[in-house]
Amino acid sequence: MEQKTKIDAQNGKQELTITREFDLPLELLFKAYIEPEIVEQWMGTKVLKMENKKHGSYHFQTSDPKGNIVFHANGVIHEFIPNQKITRTFEMDNAPFDAQLEFLQFEEINGDTSKLTIHIIYKSAAIRDQVLQLPFAQGINMAHNKLQNIVSKLK
Amino acid sequence: MNLRRDVFQAIADPTRRAILLLVATQSMTAGSIASNFDTARPTVSKHLQILTECELLEQKQNGREIYYYINAKKMKDVADFIEPFRQMWDDRFNKLETIMKNYQSKK
Repeated sequence: MEQKTKIDAQNGKQELTITREFDLPLELLFKAYIEPEIVEQWMGTKVLKMENKKHGSYHFQTSDPKGNIVFHANGVIHEFIPNQKITRTFEMDNAPFDAQLEFLQFEEINGDTSKLTIHIIYKSAAIRDQVLQLPFAQGINMAHNKLQNIVSKLK
Repeated sequence: MNLRRDVFQAIADPTRRAILLLVATQSMTAGSIASNFDTARPTVSKHLQILTECELLEQKQNGREIYYYINAKKMKDVADFIEPFRQMWDDRFNKLETIMKNYQSKK
């Protein structure tokens, strides 16, 4: 099966592009990005603030089941054109990465399908690679924790 | 020395990527690899050396000739490095698609 989400990350560059085609009309795809209750569902994070306008800002927060805050992110919207474009910054709090600049482009393919292109620019190529490795590292941690759980049950 | 970093530097170069593509289908000698490029032979040798040092290529002695062939496992490591990131976004976008399809039918 062809992969629906594609990542173009050329080596040594401080940017990357994520592209994805959706079986959704353009308006619905855009709505999924601007309605806080919908963003919360697919991003798996709480949306504390979301001002969809030029110079508006947004704030995400994720807690673990015990209520500890595990993820905090925020940013400022630089450009907001409905059903076309969002330009914004994104920064994770308490993470050793600087803010990144994101260009989100929404396009209609036909009445039922649409395309999203996210162009992200990082402060440096090294930081891009670190961010890119986060899920990779988390995957290893998760596998490690699972293993620890299993091992501790054996004891 | 950070080996992983070196691998990514190695494949950042377009000539070295072209060499990997060339050798991907069959093992080749340095001479036959060089004949595919306009670059000077010593330059190609340097590229082969870098690719061998970071283990993307391996050497095999066959009589008097040294053949270069691709280290498939190492190549896979490089590809896999981005895969969890792609998977994370794919999962999110799949969820988005499902949610919005339901949203649409509810209207």
